[in-house]
Parts: sequence; structure tokens; C-alpha cells
Amino acid sequence: MFVSYKWLQDYVDLSGVSADELAEKITKSGIEVEGVEVLNEGITGVVVGHVVERVQHPNADKLSKCQVDIGQGEPVQIICGAPNVAQGQKVAVATVGAVLPGNFKIKKAKLRGEESNGMICSLTELGMEAKIVPKEYSEGIFVFPQDAEVGADAIALLNRNDEVLELGLTPNRADCLSMLGVAYEVAAILGRDVKLPEIELQPVKEKATDYITVKVEANEDNPLYAAKVIKNVKIGPAPLWMQTRLMSAGIRPHNNVVDITNYILLEYGQPLHAFDYDRLGSKEILVRRAQDGEKFTTLDDVERTLTSDHLVITNGTEPVALAGVMGGANSEVTSDTTTVLLEAAYFTGGTVRKASKDHGLRSEASARFEKGVDPNRVRAAGERAAYLMAKYAGGEVLEDASVVDTLTVEPAVVSITLEKINSVIGTNLTVEEVEAIFERLQFAVTSEEETITVTAPTRRGDIKIEEDLIEEVARLYGYDNIPKTLPIGSATPGKLSQYQDKRRIVRQYLEGAGLYQAVTYSLTSEEKAAQFALEKRDFIRLAMPMSEDRSILRLSIMPQLMEVLKYNSARQNDSLAVYETGAVFLANGNEVLPEEQEHLAGAITGLWHSHSWQGEKKAVDFYVLKGILEGLFAKLGLTESVTYVQAKVDNMHPGRTAEIHLHGERIGFVGQVHPTMQKELDLKDTYVFELSLKAILEEATAPLRYSGIPRFPSITRDIALVVDKETVAGVLQDIIQTAGGKLLKEVTVFDLYEGERMEEGKKSIAYSLKYMDPERTLTDEEVTKVHTQVLEALKEKAGAVLRG
Amino acid sequence: MQERLKELQQEAIQSIEQSSSLKELNDIRVAYLGKKGPITEVLRGMGKLSAEERPIMGALANEVREAIATILEAKQKDLEEAAVLEKLASESIDVTLPGRPVKVGNHHPLTRIIEEIEDLFIGMGYQVAEGPEVEQDYYNFEALNLPKGHPARDMQDSFYITDEILLRTHTSPVQARTMEKNQGKGPIKIICPGKVYRRDNDDATHSHQFMQIEGLVVGENIRMSDLHGTLEIFAKKMFGEDREIRLRPSFFPFTEPSVEMDISCMICGGNGCNVCKKTGWIEILGAGMVHPNVLEMAGYDSKKYTGFAFGMGPERIAMLKYGVDDIRHFYTNDVRFLKQYSKHE
Ligand SMILES: [Zn+2]
Repeated sequence: MFVSYKWLQDYVDLSGVSADELAEKITKSGIEVEGVEVLNEGITGVVVGHVVERVQHPNADKLSKCQVDIGQGEPVQIICGAPNVAQGQKVAVATVGAVLPGNFKIKKAKLRGEESNGMICSLTELGMEAKIVPKEYSEGIFVFPQDAEVGADAIALLNRNDEVLELGLTPNRADCLSMLGVAYEVAAILGRDVKLPEIELQPVKEKATDYITVKVEANEDNPLYAAKVIKNVKIGPAPLWMQTRLMSAGIRPHNNVVDITNYILLEYGQPLHAFDYDRLGSKEILVRRAQDGEKFTTLDDVERTLTSDHLVITNGTEPVALAGVMGGANSEVTSDTTTVLLEAAYFTGGTVRKASKDHGLRSEASARFEKGVDPNRVRAAGERAAYLMAKYAGGEVLEDASVVDTLTVEPAVVSITLEKINSVIGTNLTVEEVEAIFERLQFAVTSEEETITVTAPTRRGDIKIEEDLIEEVARLYGYDNIPKTLPIGSATPGKLSQYQDKRRIVRQYLEGAGLYQAVTYSLTSEEKAAQFALEKRDFIRLAMPMSEDRSILRLSIMPQLMEVLKYNSARQNDSLAVYETGAVFLANGNEVLPEEQEHLAGAITGLWHSHSWQGEKKAVDFYVLKGILEGLFAKLGLTESVTYVQAKVDNMHPGRTAEIHLHGERIGFVGQVHPTMQKELDLKDTYVFELSLKAILEEATAPLRYSGIPRFPSITRDIALVVDKETVAGVLQDIIQTAGGKLLKEVTVFDLYEGERMEEGKKSIAYSLKYMDPERTLTDEEVTKVHTQVLEALKEKAGAVLRG
Repeated sequence: MQERLKELQQEAIQSIEQSSSLKELNDIRVAYLGKKGPITEVLRGMGKLSAEERPIMGALANEVREAIATILEAKQKDLEEAAVLEKLASESIDVTLPGRPVKVGNHHPLTRIIEEIEDLFIGMGYQVAEGPEVEQDYYNFEALNLPKGHPARDMQDSFYITDEILLRTHTSPVQARTMEKNQGKGPIKIICPGKVYRRDNDDATHSHQFMQIEGLVVGENIRMSDLHGTLEIFAKKMFGEDREIRLRPSFFPFTEPSVEMDISCMICGGNGCNVCKKTGWIEILGAGMVHPNVLEMAGYDSKKYTGFAFGMGPERIAMLKYGVDDIRHFYTNDVRFLKQYSKHE
């Protein structure tokens, strides 16, 4: 809502309060003023001029040579390019030395050989937006009414020495979608009175009811409809002050009748509609639901197909307006209109919202109906409009109105105790202080002992319950005046859950290991949603996605991390390590919420390790990632529970990928991205992992216990084995560990050889075995005994031969 | 004989002093003090001396031997030290060359902001509550006093999956769920961080996915003044002790009265600049007293219980705090952006 500071003074005395101060006060008591626009952007030297002569420019077809009286002795010559300039007009002249918006200075000039002493201005040249300039002046200069005084300040006449407050209204404060509503608010803030606009109807001795009958078939959508009739109107421009007020509020002037309905819309917050009575084609208004498929052409000349959800105003048979949204082309007021049928009605919000949404017709009018107009202001708005049509369109207002009124208007009566107010706000207000606040708001208030009863006026439909009263008290008392305390009562322990705590440890660990945390989108495309997924489930699709790229909930984080690698790689960062924790979404059918599983994914591409001037370079490989994961599992106490199983995973290198198992259950994978995909994304060799973070964080953590530092020496034996190439280290390790029993403390791989010196199909793998007994020093014989068992087991179970 | 000894001493000392390596020194030791050396030879010739002269001569010979040995040792020490110094000199390196970088990643800036806020409220006795990102319409809207057809649903155009299931538009459903779980009993003190989604086109200031962090306190005597005090502590801890706060009335369907909090602009200190649109104030969060309908729907007696709630956007806070100019940076994950958040403040 745009509120003219000058216009507001019609209703509230603003003396001593500047526009900026007012904005600050309004903001602090509840309605955010989003800006204060100074309309005059530094314009000076623009006066009203009288075009005493206009002739064709001798050297230019499109220019006029004008002699303009600007009230300074002899007329001055001005060359003007506007097509609509004509002799006799009163126009806005930027005189020599004038300044226009953008610090544009007017100087004497010669145009095609003719002297020009100033510029005749259009409204856009005076800083007005093109969309609010009246259509007749949109292609040329603005023309003042004939009574404009030559030499007068044109900017003042155009009401540009004003400031406009832009209110950011929350849905509960629809009352401030009107100047009067704002006036009540400002009056309450300043503790001043509200002056209501004048209505001095002098009706002619004819009855509106003889001209029109009103029937409403849909009372629940339209509980109040009042039709007034104004005869003998002369369509012409509205008074300049009214036009300029509309423009300040962002509305383009049309003609006096239409402008008056718009003016009342702004003043009362009540949308009105003016029909051309003679074009109505009947003496009847019938309000009903449209028939499914019924056609109707709105005044923007668009044919609309209606449904029974839409409410229409008809002439008994044909629709003449889409209720509360837009009138029809068939009954629109034109320059020939002489009799106006003026509609003042109450349409319910839901009805109007549906129609405006279905037809894409959001307007100042529909917005007000949608949010709810003041039922007690509907008739008054109609009366005031009729009065203005008599005053400014020469109309004769007929007596009475044709009315259907089934609207019951009960103002809300709410009681509250002083104790409740003070205990919720945390204040020590008295009954008198609270009463004074409601009186400032012009709410009727009575009190009995410490119970305060408030009757909220119908314009404040948002006041319904005790808490609404508390808010009114709090905001007018001033939020900043509320004391600052902290909650009292039983203490609550502030701490992270074990899950949350461990999640932080995971993040810290991975960052310590060199990975940057990424945060990516949960929504992805159909193509990517299927990649890398640990579990295949149905896609969860948005009903109305904004684009195909963001239409499906992710089943895996990895495609998003691939996107991150690709983005960075394309920007000369082709060695990169990132991770992400976040939910993936597993469908459970349409009826229930999906399972949200928190995942952890990591990706490393390019060089893992490099030292520039020492010339060291090492590309990432499988064992870099595995090492990071092993460290993570050790940190979480899961080393014993996790195993790795060679596996094939979608989009992964078939020979360089392992599934990660926790207690034998698959929880994730680690390996190299499939070279085909690496190539598609233009990535260097890239190793990744993704696993269910939920699974590992929900594992119970064993308590930390000290175990003794060994006091006795250990004995180490190294062995080099020759085995089949297919025999994996994990299997050998298991055999060694089982055979080694409890004296075997540590098994380490220290060499692997698969080169040409080996027999075809064989490889050599060397282990270092460390034996120890915590209670005593082992003898060589004891170790040899166990060690022999180990070698025998290796031979028997894996065909391993000791290498000489 | 006596002269011979003196002469030998002179000779030996001279060659020790002239020697320049440990090897040379050792040769001297062998030459003079060895079994075949001249001193031994002199001693061997003592048999020819008288009984009176013998001990005198013996003492003298030992004296000479010791004198040579002492000087030899001293010289050896000098030479050894010189050798060490020479070795060290040959080992010197250029200490101004860059060191071997330690690879360390860091938190995403949004995580950094969220953890900072979490820790601040944990210190005030709050717990961190989390909930699903795909929500039922009931928890996202209805339980928060936003029945179907409520005009305020327009304020947050949502991504629906079915008529009843959508991507949550705020983290408030976690509050509704927590209250429901507590079955009408207090106290509750939680902070709820998480991802939320709205139907916005991604541009410099909008993102279809963003973070939110909300707080909720429910108890038997929770006052608006408690909200005021809590928010002040938060603002000063988060944005600096010299920040001032300003509360303004506002509207949210789930709170009544509703509050918006501004802090004095950290860029211009309140004098007015582009960041604060010349007002000196920056809007930082929305809050209010929990609407009685919300309490009742979650099973709380609104006559007995009151509560306050607040919510804010980590992106906005990060943008203000770090001067980030485009919200899309948070989701592009350009490593040149991510790396900037490693420094501890
Ligand atoms: Zn500022």
C-alpha cells in the first residue's frame, strides 16, 4: 500500500511529524514501512505555460515551434517534438535553468536552426512511471486543465511535492489497505483524532429502486449487494488533485467515474464497480454462480470460460462482471455513458481468490476482497462515491439504493484479565494504562475490577482472541519497552544427542583428513537420481517442479558431488577433496512419508598429495580413500565390525570398487568412478565413497577403557608368501589371525609383488607377524610353534607357499 | 738424558700445534707416546743411571709424557669441534622456502553458522531437535495454525509431492512434532536447524533450497520479556556486544503477538548504508509468543502453558556476517569459496 503523506493529512493531523518520523513510528508499532519515496526527484524551474501559438517547425516535420507564455513578460519560443502539442494548451514548461530528474539541466538551444528556450514536458520527463501516466498523455506532453494559472509551480500542481510511504502489509492487517485504515492506525500511534471524509448527498426525487432490482442467488458468497444509480453524468477527466493522488498510489487515471471508484477503493478500502446503466440491457441485477463452460468477455477484451466456482454479476441472463475481479466489456463505462449503476458489495475472500487465481486477474480490487473488506464500510463507500460523482461528474444521485443485505455484522467482543496481559508480556501495566491504549485505537473498552472487555470495530477483523488484545497492548506500549528477562522454571540440560555429537566428530575428522564440506541440493533430475543409488526405490517426484533438473528427490548424494567436482574441475581446480552429509529419500509408497536416511559421501579427484618444489606428486587411489574410511571407523570404534567386499556398483569401476559392510550388512561403497563417467565429466581419476551415516552413527559406542601398556618384549617374524593372483589379502589375513590365536598381536602387509619375476598367475605377498604375551617374555620355541601353525594353515587353506 | 726429554717435549708440542687433522694428531700420539716412541726409548736407557738419579729421571719422563698427552687431548677436542662445525655448515638449508602443506578441509560456511548458533543456545539449556524434510501438510501448515485455504499459505509457495505431502517450507514442523511428542508437558527448550524448500527461482537473493534455524521454548510461565532477553543475548553473542536490537510487531500465523527483530547495522554502525538500506537497522529474525491454537493442537493447555518461538536464516546471517553477495555461492561449492571459511574467528 502506497500512502501519500499529504493525502493522509485529510484524515489525521500530522503537524510536527515528518514523513520519515511517521514511517519510523509506524514501523515500530507494527506495520513495516519499506520505504519513503520522495516524489520530487530534485526538479526545479518547471512552471505552467500557455501555448499562445504553435506552428510547424520550418525544417523538421516532427517538430513544432511554439510561443509559450510562462508568466515572465513576452512569450518564449520553445521547440517541441510531442505530437499532441497544440495552441491554447496549458502545459508544464521546464524553463531555461530548470533541473529535471537525473540532474538534467535545461539550457538554451538551437534545434534545426530554431531557437528553443526551454522544454515542454511529458509526465515521464517529470519522473513519473510510464504505467501510471494517463493513456491520452502517454505518447506526448501532459496538458493541464484550463484553469491552471500561467507561471504557477507545475510540480506543486501535479502534487509532486509529496512523500509516499510504502507499507509492507502482513495478511492480518488488511485494514491498512485503505487511507482510512492507515489513518486509524496513525491516530492511535500519535494519540490524535480521525476526521472522516464528507458525504453530502442531495438526491434527486427519483428512486434507484425504480431503475434497478437486485437479486442474489448466492448469499453465502455475496451477502451484501447495494446498487445506486447516478443520472446525467458527464464523462471527462477527474479533477487534477484526484488524478495525482491516484498516480501517487500507483494507479493510472482514466475518467472521472472510473477514477472516483478507484479513489474510494484507496480511501475506504472498498472496491466498487461502475456499470453503464444503459448498456446493461435490463433493469435487473442477478448475482449467481456461473454455469460450467459459460463464456464471458472481461473489459480487457479476453474471453473467459467460467465454472460453477466463479461468481458472476448478470443482467438477469448474461454475465456483466466477474464478481470482485473485473467488469465486462459489454457494460463498461465509456465516454458516452450518461447513467451509472454503481455497485457496492461484499464478496467473500474465498470466492474472489478462486476467480482471480483461475483467470490470472490479480487486481487492487481482488486483493482487498480476498483479504476481507470492512462489512460496515461497504454502503458508506458507495454513498461517498455517489457524492463525488455528483460533485465531479455533474451527476444526479437517485434516492436510496437497491439492496440485498443478509450480512450479519457482529463486532468481536473479547475479555481479558489484567493479570493475563502482564504475565504474557512480562509487564506491570495498570487497568487505566491498558484502557488508554484501546481508546487510542478507538476500540470500545469497559472494565470490571481487573477484567477488561474490548469491542473491536469491524474494520479490525483480525481481533478475535485474547492474544490479539495482548498484541495490541504490547505494540502500542512499545515492544522495545518490554523488559528483558530470561525464562525461569526447571532447568533443562543443554547438549547434543550422541548422534549429533558423533556427526560433528565425523565432520571434524574428514576435514582433518583434508576434505572440504559441500552442501548441495536435494532435488535432482531423473537421470541423476538413478546414479550410484545404494537402494533402488521408486522416484519421489514433485507434483509441480520448476524445472526437470530439480524434479526428483535424491536417492544418493554422489551425483551432486560429481556436479561439484565437474564445476571445480572446469575452473582449473582438478585436484579436489569434498564430502557431504545429508538426507537421501527412499520412497515408501504415495501415502506415507519417505524414509529419510542420512548419508555421508566423499570424493577425491586428481592429485592427492603434491609438493611443488620437491617435485613430489601422487594421484589419489583406492587405498587413500580406504585409509580415510578406516580411520573414521576406528574413531567411531567400528574397526572390528566393518568389512570390505569386492563388488559391482552402478557408475563405478567394476574392478576397483568395494561394498562396505557393517556386521555383514551392506551400508555403502568405496571405489573409483567408472572411467566412462570420469570422461563424460572431464575428471581426472576420481575415487569416492558413500555410506549410510545413520547406520554408523546409530551403532552403540563401547565405553573407553584403559588397557595395560605391554611390559614384555614382542617377537616379530616376517614371511613372504606365493599365492594365486586371485587370492585376496583379506582372506590371508583372516587365516593368519585365526591360526595365530591370542599370542599374535599384529599382522602387517609390508610387500606386494605381481611382476614378471613371478610365475604366471601368481603373486607374492609379505607379512610381518608380531607375537607377544602381556604376562611374560615368550621363548623362541613358543613362537616357532604358533608360527608353524600359521604357515601350515596358510598352505592348507590358501595354497600359500613360503617364498625362499 | 734430561735434555733429551725436554727436547722431545718441545718437539712434540710443536708438531701437535701444527697438526690440522685428527689423523695427523693420532700419528703424533703414536710417534711420541707409543711403545716404540722416543720417550719409551729414553726410559729403557735408565738402567745405566745411578740409583739416586733413576727416580728423578723416571718422574721427569712421566711429567713429559703427561704434558704431551694433555696438549694432545686439548688439540683433539679442538679438531673434533671444528669437524662438527664443518659438517653442520655443509648441511644448511634455505629456511625461507615454503613448507609442506598440511591438507585440512573445513566446514561449509552454513554449517559454521549453524553450529555457532547451536552452541550458543546449548549453553542456555537448549537441545537440538531435527525432523524430516519431506513433511505432512498437517505438520507443515495445519498444526501451525495454517488451515487449508489460509491466505498466508500464499506467502510460502511450496513443493508438493502429493496433496498431503510436501517438502517442508520451514523447520517449524519440528516444533509441532516435538510438542506433540511431549504430550502436553513442559518444559521444552529446543533449537531446530535444517534444510527447507520453497518454490522460488534461484537468483542472487533467492534459493529454492535454503537453511533455517528455529527455537522454541514452552513452559508454565514464559513471557514476552523472556523472548526479548533471549534474543538480546543471542544478537550480542552472534553479532558483537556493541550491537543494539530493536523489536517490531509483525505477523506470523503461528505466533501471537509476533515480532521481527532488527539489529543495528554492523557495516555502518547504525548510521545508514546500502546494506541496511539507509535505515541503520538490519532485519535478522522473526519471533513471537506461540499461538494458543498451536499449543492446543499439540495437546497443551494454553491457559496453563505459554511459549515463545523464533526463526532465522543461516544464509542471510552468513551473507551479512561474511559479506557474501550471492546466495547461490552456498550451493555451487566452488572450492575457492569453501576454502575461505577455514580461519577461526
Ligand atoms: Zn548500514
